[in-house]
Amino acid sequence: MEHIRTTKVEQVKLLDRFSTSNKSLTGTLYLTATHLLFIDSLQKETWILHHHIAAVEKLALTTSGCPLVIQCKNFRIVHFIVPRERDCHDIYNSLLQLSRQAKYEDLYAFSYNPKQNESERVQGWQLIDLTEEYRRMGIPSLSWQLSDANRDYKICETYPRDLYVPKTANKPIIVGSSKFRSKGRFPVLSYYHQDKEAAICRCSQPLSGFSARCLEDEHMLQAISKANPSNRYMYVMDTRPKPRMQSWWASKKDIGRIVVRISSKIWRDEKIRESDEKARLNAMANRAAGKGYENEDNYSNIRFQFVGIENIHVMRSSLQKLLEVNGTRALSVNDFFSGLESSGWLRHIKAVLDAAVFLAKAIVVESASVLVHCSDGWDRTSQVCSLGALLLDSYYRTIKGFMVLIEKDWISFGHKFSDRCGHLDGDPKEVSPVFTQFLECVWHLTEQFPQAFEYNEVFLLQIHEHVHSCQFGNFLGNCQKEREDLKLKEKTYSLWPFLLDDQEKYLNPLYCPSSQKFTVLEPNTVPFNFKFWRNMYHQFDRTMHPRQSVFKLIMNMNDQNKQLEKEIKELESKIKHQKNRQTDTVLNKESLRSIHSDSPALKPSLCFKKEQTLLPGNDAIRTIEGSNTADNRYSEYAEEFSKTEPAVVSLEYGVARMTC
Amino acid sequence: MEFAELIKTPRVDNVVLHRPFYPAVEGTLCLTGHHLILSSRQDNTEELWLLHSNIDSIEKRFVGSLGTIIIKCKDLRIIQLDIPGMEECLNIASSIEALSTLDSITLMYPFFYRPMFEVVEDGWHMFLPEKEFELFSSVTNEWRLSYVNKDFTVCPSYPPIVTVPNCIDDEALKKVATFRHGGRFPVLSYYHKKNGMVMIRSSQPLTGTNGRRCKEDEKLINATLRAGKRGYIIDTRSLNVAQQARAKGGGFEQEAHYPQWRRIHKSIDREGASVLIHGTEGTDSTLQVTSLAQIILEPKCRTIRGFEALVEREWLQAGHPFQQRCAQSAYSNSKQKWEAPVFFLFLDCVWQILRQFPCSFEFNEHFLILLFEHSYASQFGTFLGNNESERCKLKLQQKTMSLWSWVNQPSELSKFINPLFEANSLVIWPSVAPQSLQLWEGVFLRWNRSSKYLDEAYEEMINIIEYNKELQAKVNTLRRQLAELETEDGMQESP
Repeated sequence: MEHIRTTKVEQVKLLDRFSTSNKSLTGTLYLTATHLLFIDSLQKETWILHHHIAAVEKLALTTSGCPLVIQCKNFRIVHFIVPRERDCHDIYNSLLQLSRQAKYEDLYAFSYNPKQNESERVQGWQLIDLTEEYRRMGIPSLSWQLSDANRDYKICETYPRDLYVPKTANKPIIVGSSKFRSKGRFPVLSYYHQDKEAAICRCSQPLSGFSARCLEDEHMLQAISKANPSNRYMYVMDTRPKPRMQSWWASKKDIGRIVVRISSKIWRDEKIRESDEKARLNAMANRAAGKGYENEDNYSNIRFQFVGIENIHVMRSSLQKLLEVNGTRALSVNDFFSGLESSGWLRHIKAVLDAAVFLAKAIVVESASVLVHCSDGWDRTSQVCSLGALLLDSYYRTIKGFMVLIEKDWISFGHKFSDRCGHLDGDPKEVSPVFTQFLECVWHLTEQFPQAFEYNEVFLLQIHEHVHSCQFGNFLGNCQKEREDLKLKEKTYSLWPFLLDDQEKYLNPLYCPSSQKFTVLEPNTVPFNFKFWRNMYHQFDRTMHPRQSVFKLIMNMNDQNKQLEKEIKELESKIKHQKNRQTDTVLNKESLRSIHSDSPALKPSLCFKKEQTLLPGNDAIRTIEGSNTADNRYSEYAEEFSKTEPAVVSLEYGVARMTC
Repeated sequence: MEFAELIKTPRVDNVVLHRPFYPAVEGTLCLTGHHLILSSRQDNTEELWLLHSNIDSIEKRFVGSLGTIIIKCKDLRIIQLDIPGMEECLNIASSIEALSTLDSITLMYPFFYRPMFEVVEDGWHMFLPEKEFELFSSVTNEWRLSYVNKDFTVCPSYPPIVTVPNCIDDEALKKVATFRHGGRFPVLSYYHKKNGMVMIRSSQPLTGTNGRRCKEDEKLINATLRAGKRGYIIDTRSLNVAQQARAKGGGFEQEAHYPQWRRIHKSIDREGASVLIHGTEGTDSTLQVTSLAQIILEPKCRTIRGFEALVEREWLQAGHPFQQRCAQSAYSNSKQKWEAPVFFLFLDCVWQILRQFPCSFEFNEHFLILLFEHSYASQFGTFLGNNESERCKLKLQQKTMSLWSWVNQPSELSKFINPLFEANSLVIWPSVAPQSLQLWEGVFLRWNRSSKYLDEAYEEMINIIEYNKELQAKVNTLRRQLAELETEDGMQESP
């Protein structure tokens, strides 16, 4: 609270981001320990969590007041005009402090206190059990086992304690391999496909340098390959992109070798493409620095595949460009599309999805195991492994399964959530929308396969919201060890049980679970299938969305159908009861009269009343948001499809109230 | 018969048809006067029937004696035919080329098409101007029907009957016509019953460089406004283009001479004001604007009937030159300067609004796609000719079938019904932010990707809606049944 000097400012204007006529709402701005709250004259509340604030900017003073622009990590942008500059300055300073915490302990999750008792809280953390998940895949098995090598995080700090490796990979192999891999992230099991007996494994890049090799690492890969009896070769997927010019020069020593290899390769293997060789040259630049890729000569029966996913810095600036374009007022169609193009964002999304498709195909079509890595094996590798598994296994397309997937390939394997999301005031170069890209890839899949997913878009948006909210402990910290040190399971709540409690909201009404056709998804990744995700990047810009939502309508109708089914059952049993009773009545009129206490005359009228309300209920679903108001283009709509305000805020809401 | 000499080879065997997402089909290729037919002669394989008029461009390639013809259609589909034999291939290609670019309208398929269905309601007489006029003449007497153009002499591109201000006589209209490009004097396009606001349309005034005036024109335009009301003249051109038009004898209204009106060159916000809309000729962008405005304002235009009436009124009778505009399409190499996808663009705009208000339209996307297809190539006469005058001369009503006669059969209509439709009387303002506009995948990606999963999802959605109706009906029946039983019971108990 020491950062807050002004807790309440009146007569603040909230501008519409895209209005051309400077239309605004006037209201009161409140600053609490956790939220910034704006209540307009219509009593509509806008809550902004401090942790969601990505940037706050104070613009030059105008005649109407001092403008304050707040950009949030959930892509909300609000533009306030504060009448007095001093108030604006106070709020600005407070927000700067409150949105950039230096210590984990100051994050919201440590003070968040929902109405849950201790045992519920503890149970919440037990909801996702990864041991159980590996068991579901059939692991441990004849060829895969749990390794206790990392029990105390001694081999790899950023991996979880429990790791699954081939049975033939003994401790010396594990230790040797880990020393040869960046950050000690040696090859481990991520997903096992029982039918194909093929595995998805993950690791970081080898520290191979130009000539170094590591027999243990070679053994490790052999072990992974041999653990798959149905195929004698395996793939190593390097998810990094093709070379830049300097890498050619940095590795010119090796060019001669490569050229010789290309020419000999063409004879040996027609499938090999020159572009792959070029990509290899790039990886060679890394080798000069003692990092790089596996030297093919040292690994037998391994097929190397490069896929061009760019690094976190490219992704960060790509998103930045995209947001700049989207934020432009009176944006022309040309500027939007050329901006979208030049941001490269959809190209990156396609690259990630393409890599996942390659992975899934290797497993389904060739029954080959695949080892995926990038540099450190916690960004691109997490994207590709998790999406690959999502394509392969319909379990991950259920609500619970998706939680498990995130918990496994992202949280436990050490995707650096706190660094990537900028939870703490730290190095801005570590921030990158890697996880957002993963969600966007999933969204693209839901668009192509509308019936294959149990969850809907709102679920993805809600997870995105909470990855950044620091309200729950799940995404705090950068790896499991750090989370344990922070004692998150003792001090904070897990997000998953809250989402599960609310799962009605996240169900896809068109989901078709029993269908066999969706066991493996084969998305079409031609460029025209990639489109701008408006509901993510403009989720708070309500004027841009359809005013009637088919999705919401069908969802409500599905709910209504369930109620109707229930009512039909009740009615049928009542009718049956009535009929029986009438038969009885005839038989024994006297004895029944005493039981029948409630007035039968009232019932029919009640029923008919209900019947009448049924249909208007349906009408409400179909209402057009805003069309009847005089000037709806700038007005706020009663409800919104993608992100209903209450749906998101509901979790924050209670506490925010408590803390004010 | 004239076609015989154009068909050099009527039939080739062992032709292989390639289409995206379908396995290749081998069969016999036949050319008739109006169709390209590929038949595999196997029971389970469908035949391909392609109207020659749907063909936009053809390319041929040879590998040895195997020829390949790539046919690009106006509905944006691309198919490939592998034809054995160089001579056959060349013959087929040149035949298709000739048949797909017939000069004479009377040789087109609609004049030969014999419908296999019974006409319940003749589409040619469904949308008469008199009937449309009746819809609002009960609430206002400020407008009248004029027959001044009954011989198409005052304005060749106008229909015989138009709606004009009551106080302007036919003689004045004739004078106004001489002051407007192509004789297209201002006529009523839409009367908004809620506030009496009107939308009128015309072509540009022929002011020229020396600022010619026309008193009757000023009187007519001012007569459309009630006293003290303001109106907007929406010039669909940019100010620059409008100014340049003066050099060619065209021009725009001087505000000084039309005191109640303000001229603007871009879209306006809502104000409840009347508007006059024109571009240069008033047959293209003008009609896009007037018809889209009606979609937004008038719930009736969002029904199937209403939309058909809108197309009839604001496009066909208003003289949009369909014959010229839809002669070729995107793939053609020999496009003429008068070819332009104006109507197609309008349909895309309607689709965008439909996407944003999915429950406000009685029709679905397929209806719009149908109109897109038939505006370019059709067995029906509806979109033939450039205006009513030409259609009369062609005797389309007697010699061809109307598209509406076919569409409005219940069996066909059911395909175009939007299951989500719930009539509402509201004005539906769409968002025009670039982020809100989408690619019309149903048209542009229709032949490029399989829509299997999307179609199945749509089916499932319909199932849910149908199931909902069923359940509601059942609940109501059961409630009634229970109520009856209980009343009975009550009577038994209280004798």
